[in-house]
Amino acid sequence: MSESGSYYVPHGSKWPIIATIGVCTAMVGGSSLLNGNDMGKYILAIGLAMVVFMIVGWFSTVISESEDGMYDEQVDSSFRWGMIWFIFSEVMFFAAFFGALFYVRTYSLPWLGGEGTGLATNTFLWPEFENIWPSTANGPGEIGGDFKTMGAWGLPALNTAILLTSGVTLTWAHHALKEMKRMQLIIGLALTVALGAVFMYFQAVEYGHAFNDLNLNMGSGIYGSTFFMLTGFHGFHVTIGTIMLLVILGRSIYGHFNPKNHFAFEAVAWYWHFVDVVWLGLFIFVYWV
Amino acid sequence: MFLIKNLILFITLMANFSLANAGWLDLNMTEGVTDISQEVFGLHMLILWICVVIGVLVFGAMFWSILMHRKSKGVTPATFHESTSLEFLWTIVPFVILIGMAVPATKTLIKMYDHSDSEIHIKITGYQWLWQYEYLNTNVSFYSKLSTPYDEIYNKSTKNVNYLQEVDKELIVPVNKKIRFLLTSNDVLHAWWVPDLALKKDAIPGYINEMSVVINEPGIYRGRCAELCGRHHGFMPIVIKAVEEKEYEEWLANAEKAKTSDVAKINK
Amino acid sequence: MSSVVKDTHHDEHPSGIMRWITTTNHKDIGTLYLWFAMIMFFIGGLMALVIRSELFQPGLQFVDPQFFNSMTTMHALVMIFGVVMPAFTGLANWMIPIMIGGPDMALPRMNNWSFWIMPFAFSMLLSTLWMDGGAPAGGWTLYPPLSLQTGDAFPFLIFAIHFMGLSSIMGAINIVATILNMRAPGMTLMKMPLFVWTWLITAFLLIAVMPVLAGGVTMLLTDKFFGTSFFNAAGGGDPVMFQHIFWFFGHPEVYILILPSFGVVSAIIPTFARKPLFGYSSMVYATASIAFLSFIVWAHHMFTVGMPLAGEVFFMFATMLIAVPTGVKVFNWVTTMWKGAMTFETPMLFAIGFIVMFTIGGFSGLMLAITPADFQYHDTYFVVAHFHYVLVPGSIFAIMAACYFWLPKWTGNMYPETLGKIHFWLSTFFVNLTFFPMHFVGLAGMPRRIPDYSLQFADYNMIASIGAFGFGFAQLIFLYLIIKTIKGGSKATDQVWEGAEGLEWTLSSPPPYHSFSTPPVIK
Ligand code: HEA
Ligand code: HEA
Ligand code: CUA
Ligand SMILES: [Cu+2]
Repeated sequence: MSESGSYYVPHGSKWPIIATIGVCTAMVGGSSLLNGNDMGKYILAIGLAMVVFMIVGWFSTVISESEDGMYDEQVDSSFRWGMIWFIFSEVMFFAAFFGALFYVRTYSLPWLGGEGTGLATNTFLWPEFENIWPSTANGPGEIGGDFKTMGAWGLPALNTAILLTSGVTLTWAHHALKEMKRMQLIIGLALTVALGAVFMYFQAVEYGHAFNDLNLNMGSGIYGSTFFMLTGFHGFHVTIGTIMLLVILGRSIYGHFNPKNHFAFEAVAWYWHFVDVVWLGLFIFVYWV
Repeated sequence: MFLIKNLILFITLMANFSLANAGWLDLNMTEGVTDISQEVFGLHMLILWICVVIGVLVFGAMFWSILMHRKSKGVTPATFHESTSLEFLWTIVPFVILIGMAVPATKTLIKMYDHSDSEIHIKITGYQWLWQYEYLNTNVSFYSKLSTPYDEIYNKSTKNVNYLQEVDKELIVPVNKKIRFLLTSNDVLHAWWVPDLALKKDAIPGYINEMSVVINEPGIYRGRCAELCGRHHGFMPIVIKAVEEKEYEEWLANAEKAKTSDVAKINK
Repeated sequence: MSSVVKDTHHDEHPSGIMRWITTTNHKDIGTLYLWFAMIMFFIGGLMALVIRSELFQPGLQFVDPQFFNSMTTMHALVMIFGVVMPAFTGLANWMIPIMIGGPDMALPRMNNWSFWIMPFAFSMLLSTLWMDGGAPAGGWTLYPPLSLQTGDAFPFLIFAIHFMGLSSIMGAINIVATILNMRAPGMTLMKMPLFVWTWLITAFLLIAVMPVLAGGVTMLLTDKFFGTSFFNAAGGGDPVMFQHIFWFFGHPEVYILILPSFGVVSAIIPTFARKPLFGYSSMVYATASIAFLSFIVWAHHMFTVGMPLAGEVFFMFATMLIAVPTGVKVFNWVTTMWKGAMTFETPMLFAIGFIVMFTIGGFSGLMLAITPADFQYHDTYFVVAHFHYVLVPGSIFAIMAACYFWLPKWTGNMYPETLGKIHFWLSTFFVNLTFFPMHFVGLAGMPRRIPDYSLQFADYNMIASIGAFGFGFAQLIFLYLIIKTIKGGSKATDQVWEGAEGLEWTLSSPPPYHSFSTPPVIK
């Protein structure tokens, strides 16, 4: 609620329309590509370039306005609410895929295997099929052929440790920011970025292992589908998070933040913790149990 | 005034058309020919009447107020805007009414889910756009599809009474015996629906759904595919013929024989 | 309290088309949303008229069955995502900042973005009509495997849904942030007008379920193009799983389409009854209960998929419960009218029409909730009748009521009252003529989504088609009336309606460019 009685309203902006045209172009290009039209590649590339241009431009505008001291507490608070609800929407996006994972594990695979109401299904349609998660989780049609599942205690466990540590380093940096310890702030952020990058690297190694040694890919039945969808979208979010951390690192080096006014830092930190928590869910339900 | 004029117009219009039509039966759910379908019809009428009564009360109060409490009558508006006891009352009363509906509904539902002691088992498979029927434990199986001529569909000849609800081969079943249907699909979702039997269930590729029925009266019952399944979804009727048990046995024996000789022919 | 709006370039707004493209003003954006919804209403309505023409008589007359299915699918997508949702967002944009005494929306640039996505997303969607394999024809519910048979339109459909989902989520985030953060001092939550409350809860629903839809259609996309098996039994998936995901979104979605209407009606009834709204706090709690229940009833759309018995019973009970809080609302409205001093200007007529016909639609909804009976109703015109009653004389009437109610405020001019009344009576007559007979054909056994039907359904389909054309043309009056009012008319006072209360009526008609440059005093 406004206590000061002063209101800030930003002027018109061309960035939203550029964003729209960029995303739309990318979508049209992507669709054409999926429909087998080679031109799609170029349209997609143009669209994505516009999106990148827009993001850089829009954020620069906001950053410079913020540095010019144009934002008051109310604007800050609007940004906070915006970020909180955005993260909530992301939680729900992941919930759809976790929901799919739980559904196939508790319902569809057991039914196909003849449990519960699935007796007739199993007897008449898939008499050979026995449901053993995860080894027969490419379904009764053995879609994608023989595959091996990804164990939890190799790279994934290491990655869990890495992400958890990165949460700690980030919090350490945040404390530094609040206590005006510049060096600690920069080191903390740099460590976090590095950990994020190592995580992504390991994830890439793991995917290579899956493709080459385990014969595991998106086409490996429902196991492959849920595995790659969940880890893939998570990895994508880590990538975005790392880029955002990089930006924050840069801004910290420029000395943009002060102990009282550092919404951007906090927003990225929230986002990073969210990505972290999603990973814990992944580690438990995708890799472990 | 306007309201009343329109209402009268509407009612006369409705009455006109329904007189021209076959009458009340075509306006309501069928009672059907099984014990359960009759229970379902009873439930339907029960909730309908409850809703009508509530509607009359609520709209009655509202129209009373619209007629009596208007500014043109020179009334001064009251100022009350709260009453905990009223609010409590109209939370509890609907709740109790709902329980009154839920109990019989649940009972009927439980009966519908009981497929035990079935004597005849028929597997139904949906295809774009026809049905396949397999009598389990026999060798009888056949396809059944729309038999209405294209000329009728494209308005080149007059439509017969059973326009779009006739098939080349009917599903034959006996009366007074519990029949279990196993339902699946070969391509997309379909739904097998015969209103007179109060049976409707989705046919899902890769899964089997079950339903069961005891038909009380011999007759021909017509239904249709009830789940959008592509271009010819509207042209995928079901016709089921319920006959006396003896007739059914004879038909089945003949069909088995015919099938065997078919197979023999092919093998030769 | 002397303070000014800190605007980087004070009174200079760009003119011409650039004003609308770059605008961050909540009123401009509200206007854009409302016009967009209007245009889409005519496009979606035209598709409905194609449907009704083909169904005028048995036999195939005008269109190919595949195209008919495309019309059904596109009609629903356009009406839901292109008409009702943007129209309510437009009303929210216009009214919420004013109602809570704020200067504008919390995140004005994102607001602009949320709007401008819509025309692009819908251009993408509508362009599929001219693609190889035709527009999507699997129903707006997009059930696989059928939806996977879509031709070139498929990825465009999926991305269009992602795109408008993005718009809705951002719009909703903005509304939540506005309501939580932009209220004038003293405007406590329990002092907010109900329209603001209902939108707060609606926005929460949107943020919670639009991402789930996005996830669901993403799985469709990967099933089609990247070899995943989410909805394929052979790979361990299940086509029914899509239905669970879709309806987890879909059911809250239908309340997204109705809750703001409740807010509108709760503003109009007290105004014209000249009496405070009965049971304000119970209205708030009822709205919240409806929203909560909406998350646990989704499978009532799937009673026939063969769920285990316990599931059927649970979803039946949970669904029936929604009648209780909804009933509280209806009773509160009626009691608000009771012993008031009512007048019946057009907004009031539409609001009363809403209450009556929405309740009729609610009753048929309750009937659908009874599982064993739903086996007979499901996928018939009885369902079509149900949801058109709650959507057309429900949501659409509420939107029209809102337009009449606030048009004088928006434009500064009174609309022609007699014409408004004619519009109401014609709409009411024809909407019933269209949709009431659908109950009968549905009960008599006519499935939905069919281009041709057997002879016993002929009479009522003919009536419904006549009604549809009548209703459609009656809407031209609405269009004419709005344009006429924008162009001129007798000047409206600030308060506009004798019984009107609330901050919006303290501003001039039309309101200044920045609604409240100083926070108003809240009593
Ligand atoms: C605005 C949109 C809207 C609203 C508000 C509702 C409201 C309700 N709907 Fe509806 N519904 C749809 C839009 C909506 N629906 C759509 C679009 C579909 C079809 C989707 C598709 O398949 O394409 C659908 C389908 C649908 C089905 C699935 C039918 C089927 O496919 O087989 C069911 C089943 O339970 C249902 C139930 C209900 C119920 C119980 C309510 C309740 O909220 C209604 C509550 C209101 C009242 C009951 C009236 C007022 C109350 C009183 C006066 C109190 C006293 C009353 C009693 C105690 C009886 N709806
Ligand atoms: C908010 C939602 C909404 C709204 C407003 C409407 C409005 C209408 N709907 Fe719609 N409808 C749905 C949501 C909606 N519908 C949904 C969700 C489905 C299910 C889809 C599915 O099964 O997947 C559906 C399905 C549906 C069907 C079933 C189709 C089928 O099963 O095959 C029918 C059939 O009559 C129908 C009819 C109508 C009519 C006549 C209107 C009328 O109210 C429309 C009014 C008409 C106009 C507004 C036209 C105005 C234009 C002119 C007069 C043109 C002249 C002027 C110029 C060209 C300048 N609708
Ligand atoms: Cu088969 Cu519809
Ligand atoms: Cu629902």
